[in-house]
Parts: sequence; structure tokens; C-alpha cells
Amino acid sequence: MDEIFHFIIGKYNYWASLVLLFIGLYGMIAKNNLMKKIIGMVIFQTAILLFFVSIGAKRGATVPIIEFGPDKQPLLEASAYANPLPHVLILTAIVVGVATLGVALAVLQKIQRVHGTIEEDEVLEDQRQ
Amino acid sequence: MKRLTLVILAICAVIMLAAAVDLPDWADPASPASTHLSPDFLEQGYGETATPNIVTVVLADYRSYDTMFEAVVVFAAALIVLVVLRHTPRKRRKMLQHRPVREGRDTVLRGAAQLIIPVMQIFALYVVGHGHYSPGGGFQGGVIFGASFILLALCYNLKFTIERFREQAVLVCVAGGVLLYAGVGAVCLAMGWNFLGYAGLAGILGVGEVMARSHGILAVEVGVGITVFSVMMSLYYDLASGGDLDEGL
Amino acid sequence: MTWDASLLWQFDLLILLMMVICAIAALSLKDLVSCAVVTGAYSFLICLMWTEMLAVDVAFTEAAVGAGISTVIILGTAQYVKRRSKD
Repeated sequence: MDEIFHFIIGKYNYWASLVLLFIGLYGMIAKNNLMKKIIGMVIFQTAILLFFVSIGAKRGATVPIIEFGPDKQPLLEASAYANPLPHVLILTAIVVGVATLGVALAVLQKIQRVHGTIEEDEVLEDQRQ
Repeated sequence: MKRLTLVILAICAVIMLAAAVDLPDWADPASPASTHLSPDFLEQGYGETATPNIVTVVLADYRSYDTMFEAVVVFAAALIVLVVLRHTPRKRRKMLQHRPVREGRDTVLRGAAQLIIPVMQIFALYVVGHGHYSPGGGFQGGVIFGASFILLALCYNLKFTIERFREQAVLVCVAGGVLLYAGVGAVCLAMGWNFLGYAGLAGILGVGEVMARSHGILAVEVGVGITVFSVMMSLYYDLASGGDLDEGL
Repeated sequence: MTWDASLLWQFDLLILLMMVICAIAALSLKDLVSCAVVTGAYSFLICLMWTEMLAVDVAFTEAAVGAGISTVIILGTAQYVKRRSKD
């Protein structure tokens, strides 16, 4: 019983990020409205970022900012701080994410201008004519 | 068709969930990700750069190429949005369906904005400048500074903001931030060090090599902050007005 | 091997469950403005999750970018398109 409990507690973060990943992928593939597809892309992206940061978490650690002891000496033990490398990668990925979201929304506005709609089937219908 | 998509994705999800069982436990201090490279950063970062926030150190010193080209990506995104929305034939333009009409004088909103915006801007500058010692840095400070101008545009209107911060000035800031970042790297190169090797700034600033790296981190963070702040404003200007820069949200 | 109490797993599970609900709601609501607001709520929840995992810089960025700027630019686009979506 204890092992099953430990098994569930030890992995739930990865499972949640995979569930979110497939919800976003379903939104990108199956939704008809292009705005819904973009929101699906945002969810897909954050699911991957959640996975990366989950890798960097450490039990019994603190935030990756060096602390100082009572004698003003820095405490430089690697096991006392969370892994900073995934944080850096994700920090840049979030800002790039909002830039790609901006480009996607600009293309969406252009589709609205040219075709007068953002429903996928109506856009295809309009292109055929 | 949708049913089929759902079935295929469910099968993929089950396979990947089964594969996730083999991953190391969550928050395990002995997992491979936490034992190879990051202990070096954590143990040597403070001694080499005199900057306690290791995320800032890795972002702006050890992986500064990454951050520089990331700023270039954001810069390119702002230009693409500008080009896509500005030069389009407007033959069949069906929009403005529920455009908000601005009649009342929104006294409460404007009074609140006048109180909040200066505080936000000072906080943004603090976040950029104090990024060495606390969470924060160029990205966060730049986004907060851009958000203060977006708040101004939301509470008054877009024209009011554009009169105060013209689009040409925003674009000069977008390019200027990237130029500042690359310029710091070029100065290091001219002093005989590697590109973005901030220890080369020691001779110019008159400090030791460790403090020179700390100051170099601050300089590139300011460059990133300027780029991110102006890109956020440029995205808002173009997307909220459909490229016309007239009314806004 | 005891589980450290500094990582509150009950709290985590609650946030992750709310995130899944928000993701499904953002994709299934028919009103695009509601979708934008629910996406902002989703960003806020993932920001809580990152604070819990000690990634404070990431949480700070997500709070400013995800819950602030992206919601505003999605709303700014939503005013130019038809507000009701078909699915």
C-alpha cells in the first residue's frame, strides 16, 4: 500500500503535464475555430514547460539564490538549491512563447481580413471559390 | 473525424503515460538532471561573478549567446507582426462588429491609472536593477514596464499613448536593446577576450575581473529589458488596433 | 524514505486538477472572450505551480507575461473576429 502511494506521489507531475499536452494537441487538431487552435497551442506549450521545470525540482532545497551564513560566508552546497538550468531555459521560452502568440494572432487577423471569417471550414470554402 | 482524433490521441497518451513510469521520481535530488551540470553552476557561479542569483548568472553569463539570440527572436516577431498587419489589401474587410464606443470619461479608471502607473514603472526599474540579488531581471522588468504603458492605453485610449510614445521611438528601442547587448559583446571582443566574455570589461571599468562580470550581466540585462519592453508595446499597438494605430481596445 | 513536507502534494494535486479543468474549459467554451479570460486563469494557476516548485524567476515571468500581456493581446484580437465560435 505504501509503495503504491509513493509511486503515485512520485510521478503525478509528469502525468499532469502529459494530460495537459494531449488536451492542447487535441485542441490544435480537432477544433474548427482558429482562435481555439491558438489557445490549444498555448496549452501545449505550457505543458512542455511544466515538464521541464518538474525535472529541475529538488526535495529539501530552496530557491536558486545563494544564501549567506552568519559569518557572511556564502553557502555553496549544490544540494541546498533547486536546479537553475531548467529555470533559465523556461524563462526564455515563455518570452519567445508570447512573441509567437503575437505572430499567430497577427496571421489570424489577416485571415479575418482576407476571408471574413476564422472558422476553418468556411475559410477553405472561401478559398475554393 | 473528431472521434477518430480523440481515439488516436488517447492511445498516444496511454503509451506516453506508461513511458513516464520510467522517469526518475519527482523532486529526486539524485536524478540525472540535478547531478551533471547544474552543481557546477551552483558551486562556482557566485565565486566567478559575485552575483547571488544563479538564474541570472546562467542566463546572462554562461548562456549569454542563447539569451542574445532569444532577444533577436523577439525582435523578429515584432517586425513580422508589423509587416503582416500593415501591408494588406483591404478589399473584403469585415470587422468592427462589437467595437467598444468610448463616450464617458471613465474618471475612476483614469484616476486609478494615474496612481498605479508611476509605481509600476519604478517597480520595473527596481526589478531590472536588483535582478542580481532577488528574483527578477531584464525579462520581468521589461514586461512590467511595457504593461504600465499598456495599462495607460487601456484606461485612456491608444491615441493618447501613441502621442506620448510614438511608434518610431518604440521601434528604435526594439533595435537599440539588441544593439546594446551585441555592443557589450563586441567591446569584450575588442579588448581581446571572447565575444560576451565580460571579464574583458575590467580594463574599461577599472574593477577586478569578477566585478566586471557582474557589471557586464547588468549591462546585458538592461539591453534585454529595453527590447522586451518595446516589443510588448509594439505587439499591443499593432494587435489591438488591427495595424491602423487608431482606436485600440 | 519519508516524503518531505516542504512540497505539499495535496496542494499540488489541487492546482493540477484546476489546471486541467481550465484547459478543458478554455477549449470548450463557445464565447471567445470567455476563452481569453479562462486562459489567463490557467496562466495564473501554472504560475502558482512554479512558485511551489521553487522556480521563482519563472513564476514572476509567467505572472507578468502569461496572465497579463497574452490575455490582453488575445482580447485585442477577439474584438476583430466573430465572438461566438461554432464549436
